[in-house]
Amino acid sequence: MKVVVLVKQTPDTAELPKVSAEDVRSGKIKATMVINPWDEFAVEEAILLGDRYDVESVAISMGSPDAVDALKHALAMGVGGAALIDSSALSGGDLWTTAAALAAAVKAQGADLVLTGKQSVDDNSGAVYAGVAAQLGWPMVSAVTKIVDISNGQITVERMVEGAQETISVPLPAVISVGKEINEPRYPSFMGIRKASKAVIPSTPAAELGIASGSGKTQWTNIRKPEERKTKCVIIEGATVEEKAAKLVDALLAEKVI
Amino acid sequence: MSVLVWIEQNQNGVVPNSFEVLGKAREIAAALGTQTVAAVLGDNASAAESVRPYGPDVVLAITGPVLANYRLSAYTAALRKAVEAVGATVVLTAATVRGREVAAMLASQLDAGYAPDAIDLRVENGRLVAVRSVYSNNILADVTFNSPVQVVSVRPRSFPMPEPGAPGGEVRTLDPGLSENDVKEKVLEVKSTDTGEISLTDASIIVSGGRGVAQDPAKGFALVAELASVLGAAVGASRAAVDAGYIPYKHQVGQTGKTVKPDLYIAAGISGAIQHLAGMGGSKVIVAINKDPEAPIFEKANYGIVGDLFQVLPALTAEFKKRLGK
Ligand SMILES: Cc1cc2nc3c(=O)[nH]c(=O)nc-3n(C[C@H](O)[C@H](O)[C@H](O)COP(=O)(O)OP(=O)(O)OC[C@H]3O[C@@H](n4cnc5c(N)ncnc54)[C@H](O)[C@@H]3O)c2cc1C
Ligand SMILES: Nc1ncnc2c1ncn2[C@@H]1O[C@H](COP(=O)(O)O)[C@@H](O)[C@H]1O
Repeated sequence: MKVVVLVKQTPDTAELPKVSAEDVRSGKIKATMVINPWDEFAVEEAILLGDRYDVESVAISMGSPDAVDALKHALAMGVGGAALIDSSALSGGDLWTTAAALAAAVKAQGADLVLTGKQSVDDNSGAVYAGVAAQLGWPMVSAVTKIVDISNGQITVERMVEGAQETISVPLPAVISVGKEINEPRYPSFMGIRKASKAVIPSTPAAELGIASGSGKTQWTNIRKPEERKTKCVIIEGATVEEKAAKLVDALLAEKVI
Repeated sequence: MSVLVWIEQNQNGVVPNSFEVLGKAREIAAALGTQTVAAVLGDNASAAESVRPYGPDVVLAITGPVLANYRLSAYTAALRKAVEAVGATVVLTAATVRGREVAAMLASQLDAGYAPDAIDLRVENGRLVAVRSVYSNNILADVTFNSPVQVVSVRPRSFPMPEPGAPGGEVRTLDPGLSENDVKEKVLEVKSTDTGEISLTDASIIVSGGRGVAQDPAKGFALVAELASVLGAAVGASRAAVDAGYIPYKHQVGQTGKTVKPDLYIAAGISGAIQHLAGMGGSKVIVAINKDPEAPIFEKANYGIVGDLFQVLPALTAEFKKRLGK
């Protein structure tokens, strides 16, 4: 069984507050870039599936040539191979453009199963995998917290929605996005890092997968920083904790938030 | 033309966030000079009556045995039928797990522009504009569309819950024309995880605990829960508290947890790391309880008490009980 894991390179979450509107407009993000943290769960699950089934795993990313670092992280964790879709010559796309490119790459790999993260910490769409599934005409299950079983061409999973846990079975090939509850991603081993650092990762320009510039159905405009939360914290003083509590309750009742 | 809203249902009936979206949909439809259609899917049309008081022009009841349980492919197919039947140019859902996946799948199948988890909507020069909060709530962007159909999922609590009025709108029915063979997913089991707790995303008040409870985590979160219960609030937590096993992940607030937008957020024993702030910085009023006066959370808080949460929380609970007559 061939499993493709989709990984994106995204800014280090600790540096997201420093990302400026100009960075986003120009696409040149001035931040340390890492593997999207949600995608580590997908990578880990691909590796764990290898312990349960006969699995060949490949990580695929679409991004600038720098995104190979995210792929190397996946390799260092233990996936079998990696491939980059180079989008540097591509402009005017949107999430469906990314999905179309990834779908084409998945098809070229002859995958039986696609694993993805829940969402990217930059675009926050939680949608690219739906686009991949729609392009391929494959079933999709999102927010998966456990892969129960893969047999007879069916995959059975548990997933969480608000207020309920569902057990769902779909035929393969399928697209699965995983949630944080599914596993505990490993840290790459020293040996893994050494091996990954030497790996030569094949790169395919998006155009070769039939993806054209300007194909986006949406544009981002008026990109801006949210208004800074301008608060002057009122520190509640008082001789006793009871007095402080009473004063805070007064203030909150006056704010009409209770 | 019309603005179509998917009215989501779960084991408790209509998901209230759908009404928030429907309220806004009426404004958008008015600005576009068109009508609002509320789509109710299921094996029967009983939910239609509970939607009429929220004022859609049409309640479209799409019914069939195939739609008895929510299944992504079946619901997407039924909504495509609805889009066709009423000539929808705007499709809105609440950005719940199901609302997000069904909106994404529908948009992708229709090759339509999609704005996920939008926090605001408006009409500008006769066109829909959605506002998104991206980069984990560190950047805002207006999303404009160049597709004939525009699909948006709307983050819960972005719009006020409309007041129900006299039942209006005609109920129309639509056959989804689907058979069981068209549906790829089999739902083997649905287990309710609903413990009657108020959910974080719907809560107007949240009381959260962090690593500051470490000296006695069980007692610490019991104190958090007691205050929450007096206030009718949801219980939240930092990732440090979740990772330490003090409380399940579903309570986690922040970048890798939930984004919340309550009127009041009380953070007890939480330092205010940026990944936590990313999830709750949009709260109207923030209260910090922390024994370290230098904790970064105080920079974002409106009110602060410097002190030990094991003393402050019970005092606050007692005081609220007194004032709220509980
Ligand atoms: C990729 C990534 C994603 C992340 N996502 C999230 C997320 O979604 N949500 C999240 O919360 N974090 C997230 N984090 C973690 C985040 O960086 C912090 O580590 C975490 O928020 C710290 O939790 P805390 O404030 O409870 O703990 P600490 O930072 O340890 O703070 C504990 C606070 O409690 C105070 N305290 C101690 N004892 C008491 C007492 N008795 N009474 C009162 N105060 C007391 C201390 O002064 C201190 O300020 C993420 C990190 C990464 C790298
Ligand atoms: N450029 C990309 N390259 C590879 N995978 C991606 C890319 N963008 C999104 N994904 C995958 O799709 C998931 C959802 O991303 P998003 O829809 O952007 O929130 C991510 O967690 C990844 O697994």
